[in-house]
Amino acid sequence: MSTTPLLSARDLTVRFGGVLAVNQVSFDVREGEVFTLIGPNGAGKTTVFNLISRIYTPTSGSISFAGQPLSSLPPHKVASLGIARTFQNIELFEHASVLHNLLIGRHTHRQTGLWSDLFFTGKAREAELKAREKAEEVIDFLDLQHYRDSLVAGLPYGIRKVVELARALCTEPKLLLLDEPSSGLNVEETDDMAFWIQDIQQELGITVLMVEHDMGLVSKVSDRVLAMNQGEVLAMGSPREVQSHPGVVEAYLGTIDDVSNLRRPAGAPLARPEAA
Amino acid sequence: MRFIFKTDYGQDINLAKHGGHVFWYSALMLLLLAAPWLFAEYWLAQLTFVLIYAIVGLGLMLLAGFTGLFSLGHAAFLGVGAYTQAVLTNLGLPFPIALACAAGLSAAVGLVVGLPALRVKGIYLGMATLSFGFIVEEVLARWESVTGGNAGIHVKAPNILGWKLDTGTEFYFLCLLLAVAATLGILNLLRAPTGRAFVAIRDSEILAQSKGIHLAYYKTLSFALSAALAGVGGALYAHKLQFISPDQFNILQSIDLLLMIVIGGLGSVHGAFLGAIFLISMPQMIALSKDYLPDAIGQAPGLQGVVYGLVLIAFVLFEPLGLYGRWLKVRTWLQLFPFYRKGMFKRQKSFQKSDRLK
Repeated sequence: MSTTPLLSARDLTVRFGGVLAVNQVSFDVREGEVFTLIGPNGAGKTTVFNLISRIYTPTSGSISFAGQPLSSLPPHKVASLGIARTFQNIELFEHASVLHNLLIGRHTHRQTGLWSDLFFTGKAREAELKAREKAEEVIDFLDLQHYRDSLVAGLPYGIRKVVELARALCTEPKLLLLDEPSSGLNVEETDDMAFWIQDIQQELGITVLMVEHDMGLVSKVSDRVLAMNQGEVLAMGSPREVQSHPGVVEAYLGTIDDVSNLRRPAGAPLARPEAA
Repeated sequence: MRFIFKTDYGQDINLAKHGGHVFWYSALMLLLLAAPWLFAEYWLAQLTFVLIYAIVGLGLMLLAGFTGLFSLGHAAFLGVGAYTQAVLTNLGLPFPIALACAAGLSAAVGLVVGLPALRVKGIYLGMATLSFGFIVEEVLARWESVTGGNAGIHVKAPNILGWKLDTGTEFYFLCLLLAVAATLGILNLLRAPTGRAFVAIRDSEILAQSKGIHLAYYKTLSFALSAALAGVGGALYAHKLQFISPDQFNILQSIDLLLMIVIGGLGSVHGAFLGAIFLISMPQMIALSKDYLPDAIGQAPGLQGVVYGLVLIAFVLFEPLGLYGRWLKVRTWLQLFPFYRKGMFKRQKSFQKSDRLK
């Protein structure tokens, strides 16, 4: 594993009106690692994702991908750099088949223009065959054969989640952004997701940046974890280090003082409001 | 029930997916080729109109049905095409060149109208295109030196390099050729990355963008292609009627066009043709039924508008997928007989839409 950062964020700050959604966040994602953002709800994790995929523009700070600054790019150019993402609340083309969804993922690799598409020339056919071959590879990788021609609208949630991952893989990304890959999945599906994330990292060599709440999944697959709270960085390090970091514990559970105030001295009667 | 055993990717790409397609579409093509000898001249003229409207419908289907941009001023593109064709033909230009100019000018106008489409969405785009329709109608009426103003303009018969198409049959074949070419073009687009990009924009812009689709480029492209097809349709329309005036390209025409694709079935190529058949045959049906209705209804002015309105409301309420959707259900019923279930086409209500990025 090399140590050159693939993605590096410097002093990212975003303000929506009076709300400071992300405040001075800096981190580096190294090539080939699985890097996870954790934090309580509203910590600004998804906002960081939206900054990387250029849906939002940072108020200040910068992001660079493989040495290239992202903030000056139009949003549709991000995908062709090799950054693919999934969304927290599955964003699929619901009235299209699974295969069709995957083919849309191949858009950045299109080789034909309007005219060859209009007449469907030999070149267009060849490109189409290639796109389908790649889509089949991904279908094979994620065991989606059974659902290839089903409409997304009729698929269960767990499968949709995988289809979204498949579509992201179809773009052949260098960096994969996963926004809560296990949300809404049952235990078994979450385990599968963990295996796939490890496979994506190890077999395909894709760097993964994810937001995740399931600590089991996080500690299983992540190389490094960044904990955020209220838009600020709390801690960064291996999953074990971050989980035992006092700031992180405080953000999730509250401080020890908060708890000790609630503690009843030994032998003291239960405080009942109506008895007082 | 047909089960297709797929052994190569070509089977998914080919336009004819199985033998049934080849058989039925060949049969339809033969019928259309034999139509001049099978139908009386009046019905052939109606069929010609169906083909012309289908070409325009294909364009609007591409824009509204596949890219999700609604145009309430599509008659304007029809008008631009018709007038370009009329003026150039009367100047003595041969048909192919005039047609190319009509399509090109319409596309250029479509491009200009498409630019605001990058900024406005939904109802606001409807208003922008609506006002554009009024502007064009007004220009056609006022620019008398070229368009002849409200008095209208006569159009000579099309002339392809010395071959004058002045009979109904010849003109029918010309329309058939162009309709088939337009259909193949649209079908080709839809199975290629360009068409997929259009559909992606219709379903979710933010998602399309995150997959690397340049929204501005594809939206304007869709407008331009749609307008070009409307221009071709307009050119044929001008030749067919041999006389055009600005009031043929007013808001009612635009609404007719929109009605056509909605009733035909938004988002299906078949829908453009079914809608065109509906639009052309409906006035005939109304005229036929007038004799059997009480005078108070049958002779009432505006009967056609009421019927159109009722039909549209009925479709929106009971068959949002249009005539093509109805056909799909009938076909499925026949294929699965007797196992068709009532809820088969019920859409599952999608959950978690609230958090969608706009």
